[in-house]
Amino acid sequence: MIRNSTPPEAPATGAWEELVTTALLGTDRRTPPAGAPGRAAPVALLDAAAVQTVRRRAGLRPAPAARRPEPAPKDPRPPLPAAAGRRLAMLLADRPGTAGGRRGTAPDLMELLPQWLAAANAHGYAPPPEALPALLDAARGRTDLRPAALAFGGPRARWLAGLNPDWRFALRAAPGAAAAPAGSEDAGRVRRLWEEGLFAERVALLASIRSRTPAAARELLSGSWATERAEDRLMFLDSLRTGLSPDDEAFLEEALADRSRNVRSTAAELLSALPGSALASRMSGRARSCVAVDHTRGTPTLVVEAPHECDSAMERDGIVPKAPAGRGERSWWLGQLVEAAPLATWPGRLGGRTPREIVALPVADGWQGELHAAWCRAAVRQRDAQWARALLGPSAASDAGGPGAVSLAERAKLLGTLDAAERADWVAGFIAAHGLPEAFQLLGVCAVPWAAPLGRAVVDALNIARDAGSYPWSFSGVMGLAERCLDPAEASRLDGLLAVPDEAEDASPGAGGYWAEAFQRLVTTLRLRSAMAGELEAARAG
Amino acid sequence: MTQQGVRWSADQVLSLAPDAASRKAGSKLGAAGPWSEAGCSDEGAVWGLCKGSGGRPYQTVVDLAGGAGPAYKCSCPSRKFPCKHALGLLLLWTGDDGAVPSGQAPDWAGPWLAARGERTARKRSEGAADPASGSADPRAALRRAERRAERITAGVTELEQRLADLLRGGLAPAEQAGYGLWEETAARMVDAQAPGLAGRVRELGAVPSSGPGWPVRLLEECALLHLLGQGWLGRERLPEGLSATVRSRVGLPVSAEGPAVRDRWLVLAQYDTADARLTTRRIWLHGAGSGRTALLLSYGAAGRAPELALPVGQALEAEVSSHPGAGQPRAVLGERFASPAPTRIRPPGVTTAQAAARYGAALRDDPWLESVPVTLREVVPVPDGESWQLADATSDATSDATSDSALPLTRAARTRPGLWRLVALSGGAPVTVFGECGHRGFTPLTAWPRGEEKMVTLC
Repeated sequence: MIRNSTPPEAPATGAWEELVTTALLGTDRRTPPAGAPGRAAPVALLDAAAVQTVRRRAGLRPAPAARRPEPAPKDPRPPLPAAAGRRLAMLLADRPGTAGGRRGTAPDLMELLPQWLAAANAHGYAPPPEALPALLDAARGRTDLRPAALAFGGPRARWLAGLNPDWRFALRAAPGAAAAPAGSEDAGRVRRLWEEGLFAERVALLASIRSRTPAAARELLSGSWATERAEDRLMFLDSLRTGLSPDDEAFLEEALADRSRNVRSTAAELLSALPGSALASRMSGRARSCVAVDHTRGTPTLVVEAPHECDSAMERDGIVPKAPAGRGERSWWLGQLVEAAPLATWPGRLGGRTPREIVALPVADGWQGELHAAWCRAAVRQRDAQWARALLGPSAASDAGGPGAVSLAERAKLLGTLDAAERADWVAGFIAAHGLPEAFQLLGVCAVPWAAPLGRAVVDALNIARDAGSYPWSFSGVMGLAERCLDPAEASRLDGLLAVPDEAEDASPGAGGYWAEAFQRLVTTLRLRSAMAGELEAARAG
Repeated sequence: MTQQGVRWSADQVLSLAPDAASRKAGSKLGAAGPWSEAGCSDEGAVWGLCKGSGGRPYQTVVDLAGGAGPAYKCSCPSRKFPCKHALGLLLLWTGDDGAVPSGQAPDWAGPWLAARGERTARKRSEGAADPASGSADPRAALRRAERRAERITAGVTELEQRLADLLRGGLAPAEQAGYGLWEETAARMVDAQAPGLAGRVRELGAVPSSGPGWPVRLLEECALLHLLGQGWLGRERLPEGLSATVRSRVGLPVSAEGPAVRDRWLVLAQYDTADARLTTRRIWLHGAGSGRTALLLSYGAAGRAPELALPVGQALEAEVSSHPGAGQPRAVLGERFASPAPTRIRPPGVTTAQAAARYGAALRDDPWLESVPVTLREVVPVPDGESWQLADATSDATSDATSDSALPLTRAARTRPGLWRLVALSGGAPVTVFGECGHRGFTPLTAWPRGEEKMVTLC
């Protein structure tokens, strides 16, 4: 280890080196120091070496201490309850892909880690220090885990990362969070960081200020706006999305004259999300002139007259004049106009009809797809639930050509404008009518845990799929989601599905057993999640 | 005896797991999902059917009664002991949510439980009635022992010759010689019925490839082997304690003949090492009353976990008998009087200087000792170039001149994940660390932060 005790051993150290040299060369070449009389030279050497070895070991003393590291900063959060700490260790010990192939009945613990971290962070617990190495290792391998893992890891995780190069990412990850000062008394620091900071630090600073005092962020930005590089201006402008309000209009109007086209179109997009802005009313005027109700036909019908040119005023307001390959110029301009026009434009323009009535109107000359798609984008941008509802249509609608003629991706976005309960109801209805094959994307935008009707719809649909004789892995995406998102309270409802059913004639071979296995894993995972939540709650009471 | 009728805690159950993988797999099975027909008896038996991936569910039975600790039976093909099904079943049982009701053991569990009950009872009565049972013919046993001693003496003589030859020609060529030379010598020692010597000789073969400074280490190991050989040849003239140490180091079987010490034993650490043939488990105990530190060894065939498993951080009331030999920490576990339970017992700690001195003193009784068990009080893990050390905390340096000293960590300890757990636990503040302290440095095994009860395993 360690150093040998010195003063009395000084000659002994020399004697030991002498012995080592002799041993290396061999006693045939070099005579060892005189041993006991009558001993052959090699034996005498071994005798002496044995004495010296034991003597050296017995004389060992501690080494001088190296420079101690700075102590880790205090973590003020309350400690994690013991049971939750064990659960965390278990989740962290799970390495994905160890099972290989079929997933069997055991839950996929790594998939539960994000949920666990979110819950622990919501409770505001501090991690058990000894869990930090495994936590940092997990975050190292999975970038999606990093924000939650580092937030949970807290100051000691950053301290630890400073000692191990493998975890250096933890020091890079949150420069803004560390740098963003909390109070107004730090105005000087803010100013200095804004003027001298690295780009990422400045973006983080701006975002952090914007989330607290939107006006202060705008002022900070307008102060240096003229001197920023175009790419930087784009990123900074983007941060105004948070807390966007009519107060921002003047600044955004100015940005409409920016040298960079991307900056201009982002500014226009932001302005169009402010229905009261001057840009919105200009767009409204343009869009109105393109769409009208034609009463001369049998039923009232929408007729579309797309713009004939994209003038410089339109271009200044963010309309991109050049259509992508394969698209007509006029329909391209129309789409952009309608998307940017406030949705409030339409009831007034179209005979006082409600959004639902407007969407139900037939559209002449094949313009329906273009027009509805533009309204979808507008509803998402303006977060207009009434229009979103109208465009989504009834969830059970079976006709693909009706008002529901929007893509799944658009539907998912439209659902995002509805509140959680309405969203869950709509998706539940959709699944009940159409089954699971197209539901994955829609389920992804639903709140976790799933509301009861939604959960029931998913389980029913899985059950129907089983009875239809298909294999569970055709639904592995939905199964995986269900394991993470189904309300654990639903677990007992699934008990009836755990048995291996009798094989039906037309069923795929062995499918029944695989389904029972898949449902077992689902139930086991739900119970685990319920236990996880309970462990995190536990200490609150105690 | 087990505390009958008392359900264990999940911690107690998990402490039975042979390794981390089993702990994890067992926890996954500790939910009602895959289980059916689960039940338990007042005598401390638990059973259940676990649905696996195959058609037939596994039959799992655990017997918690009996002085020798829990026993397990499962129809699964796992070589782990206890298997994940047994752990999962016990976790389900600890959950106490009605999933494992009291009842009669079913047909597939009853006979095994009954047979176990009988065997325990028979052992108990035999133990009481016939203490002198054992060797049938003491004279034959003596003759066998003499013959074996002769063979060992022949082996030692041959080994001494080989060592002398080696040093006559010099160690320098040993780097090229490779393992062959040593393997053959080790085989000769196995033939001589001296497994202790064989093991040491085999390790010699690895020294020349062990990096810088290998000649010094090789000379040390050769010298200690020579010392052991000389000790064997002169064992009649040695003090009894040292003579017993020599006999056991050479590899003669020894039985724990020390008096059984009944105590509350804190489980300080448990870790396994494995080679191609054998898994060796070391369990360190600290006696609350006796203040003794005892080492339990148990073995499993390659790839199979040893049977004995004790929960680190908990204490059990049990009898422990020590092996012969002066200063030997090795002991065997006798009867257990209660299952492990959480405890506040902590071994008293020493400074780094005292730890080094303790190792030095222990060499008097056993010069072949690699390390001694030591609890370091108030030390801070400190990075030291490529390595780490444990430094005395200066914060409470009174007048101790050596308080700014440190023990380096052993090479093995530096590469284990436990090192980072230790560093994280400390956070730059003093911690108490139990481990093995020897001439290669300190190997931390368990640590607990200042003022806190919990123990954290590092191995």
